[in-house]
Amino acid sequence: MAPRKTAASTTRKSRAKKPAIGKDIADFDKEQELQAYRDMLLIRRFEEKAGQLYGMGFIGGFCHLYIGQEAVITGVMMALKEGDQIITGYRDHGHMLASGMEPRGVMAELTGRRNGYSRGKGGSMHMFSTEKNFYGGHGIVGAQVPLGTGLAFANRYRENDNLSAVFYGDGAANQGQVYESFNMAELWRLPVIYVVENNRYAMGTSVARASAQTDFSQRGVSFSIPGYQVDGMDVRAVKAAADAAAEHCRSGKGPIILEMLTYRYRGHSMSDPAKYRSKDEVQKMRSEHDPIEQVKARLLEMKWASEDELKSIDKSVREVVADSAEFAQSDPEPDPSELYTDILR
Amino acid sequence: MPTDILMPALSPTMEEGTLSKWMKKEGDSVTAGDVIAEIETDKATMEVEAVDEGTIGKIVVPEGSEGVKVNSVIAILLGEDEDASAMDAESSAKPADEKPKEAVEAPAPQAKPAEVAPKAEVASDPDIPSGTEMVSISVREALRDAMAEEMRADPDVFVMGEEVAEYQGAYKVTQGLLDEFGPKRVVDTPITEHGFAGVGVGAAMAGLKPIVEFMTFNFAMQAIDQIINSAAKTHYMSGGQMAAPIVFRGPNGAAARVAAQHSQCYASWYSHIPGLKVVMPYTAADAKGLLKAAIRDPNPVIFLENELLYGHSFDVPKLDDFVLPIGKARIHRSGSDVTIVSFGIGMTYADEAATELAKSGIESEVIDLRTIRPMDIETVIESVKKTGRLVTVEEGFPQSSVGTEIATRVMQQAFDYLDAPVATISGRDVPMPYAANLEKLALPSTAEVIEAVKAVTYTA
Repeated sequence: MAPRKTAASTTRKSRAKKPAIGKDIADFDKEQELQAYRDMLLIRRFEEKAGQLYGMGFIGGFCHLYIGQEAVITGVMMALKEGDQIITGYRDHGHMLASGMEPRGVMAELTGRRNGYSRGKGGSMHMFSTEKNFYGGHGIVGAQVPLGTGLAFANRYRENDNLSAVFYGDGAANQGQVYESFNMAELWRLPVIYVVENNRYAMGTSVARASAQTDFSQRGVSFSIPGYQVDGMDVRAVKAAADAAAEHCRSGKGPIILEMLTYRYRGHSMSDPAKYRSKDEVQKMRSEHDPIEQVKARLLEMKWASEDELKSIDKSVREVVADSAEFAQSDPEPDPSELYTDILR
Repeated sequence: MPTDILMPALSPTMEEGTLSKWMKKEGDSVTAGDVIAEIETDKATMEVEAVDEGTIGKIVVPEGSEGVKVNSVIAILLGEDEDASAMDAESSAKPADEKPKEAVEAPAPQAKPAEVAPKAEVASDPDIPSGTEMVSISVREALRDAMAEEMRADPDVFVMGEEVAEYQGAYKVTQGLLDEFGPKRVVDTPITEHGFAGVGVGAAMAGLKPIVEFMTFNFAMQAIDQIINSAAKTHYMSGGQMAAPIVFRGPNGAAARVAAQHSQCYASWYSHIPGLKVVMPYTAADAKGLLKAAIRDPNPVIFLENELLYGHSFDVPKLDDFVLPIGKARIHRSGSDVTIVSFGIGMTYADEAATELAKSGIESEVIDLRTIRPMDIETVIESVKKTGRLVTVEEGFPQSSVGTEIATRVMQQAFDYLDAPVATISGRDVPMPYAANLEKLALPSTAEVIEAVKAVTYTA
């Protein structure tokens, strides 16, 4: 039988000549390691606090924590520049903090208070900051993908040098609108990085049980969109891949897919006991691949920081988070008159 | 026996067209598949092919003739061994009482096209300065002009959709826009409604002002999540930070003989959603003034057009910048006996009924709602206070219709003024059938409106 010549094999062949996107590890200096440590720790501590506040009844509805996946948004943000846009789904607290949004405003939105980013009307899944180029926070699985493609459309329309980074999970990757977006993005050569955060479970369904093609980096093959798998637990690998992807977009080559192999330590949402996976599996990821511990070990090994210095970073992060929690509990609820505001502009 | 070559229908809604060119002349022989003529409609230019073999015996409709009715005879084809005398024999053999084919009376070349719709008598619009020159243009041209004017004025405005650019619009509404504005601002999309609606909303969130054309609103059901969850709710969910200044437009409702999946009115569907504005014009002036307003509006606007109205002409004020307010009804005709409220193509029934009723002394006040959301219920109530009777007319389904919404509000806000229960006329509670007779039964009619008015005025 003659070997089948497929688009996939062509892509793989041509990829072999290029630099090893997804294999490269960025060479971090001391400042970058410290920044990554601080940024990821803020997300981790913030999410732990959000989990607590949920348990205490201060946060209602759905609340999806990002614990375990911190390296993904942190590494990507380190590769972006002023004016680039970020958009994601409902597991969005980490993306907001990494975009530079105020922890107070994010936490106050989680508690549904008047100084939350959406004035208490959006909640965990629906927050935005046009100032920080964070375009949400979208509650419908996969809906952010055409929207983020539209942000890229606007960049190209305006002929600026910006790109959009569109985050979605392995679950959203099976939505049809993702592929409608891929088609248009490649057709029109839009500057967009599609970041698949593959945390292995779409709610309770493992990737293997839901996906015919489990290599999400190859989901763009039939559109000729290059894609690469990246160790999403190593912030340096994420940064290196995002650098290469940004370069790809900005040089006018169109969209690119980065599949971040990552893991969420907590359940899908607060109400998920996560019985679809073993405790050992979770424990193994935590002890061997934790994104924050990896940076911490390197900082100590390189003697770029002492245990005491790291503890003091931890302390300052805890203070920021505690302050946001206190603010979010004391901030008043929205005025009842707010019910009828912001429906139309 | 000579064969009649008839003016073909090139689309479900075509009633007439222009015979722009004959490719064969009398005496030419043709075989099946030969192109014999070119026909132009307001939507497209098409070639007419011969179906039978023979010789062109007579060209009945000369080239350049406009307003040639579908199914009228445009030429006569002679079979083998037949000569021109056969045509005479054929016509003299016809029974005397047979209805003469109107086709034979072809209009002279360059004749003014017959008006498809009677020109509506539009009550003076307070938004139009008196003394303004009026120009008769079609709804199709009015929509195109509105887009072109807004695109000239604002570089952030662009139009995207299926066949909007190179094909010049599936219904020719975007005709000429590509030539003037180029492919960057007139964007052909793949057939991917959910995707391009989302791309449009994303571009709007980034501050552009997209006009997203759906080939018909029936296809927008594929995109309804992006329209409602992403476009309509974002402003509220972001505490007013982010908006989606976008227009979704295209033909809505029943066209002709396209059956259930292609014949649905979405006025009531979208009017349910806070965060959307829903506009459904009837006249060309309203189409133009309201589309311009919709493009400028900072909110998502659903702009529901109607394929059957595209070719209808109305007077449009000749003004450099004619913009109408969204959310204001228009008194289409003044009267004191009954209020008839309608919108979009429903106005054709309302208007005809009012004209008919006037002959028997019943004066109807016809209100064109123009915008479904926000709804100008005040204008309706003011009228009901005067007439005491209300009939609503629309083509959509009866349950949770725009008419039932109007009836509820009038009952709540003007109960004491009503002298009869409100009559709501709508399409039937069935998927649109294909068969011509059933389709007619599924839609409202002028007779039905007349009957309803007689019932509420107790003059039946």
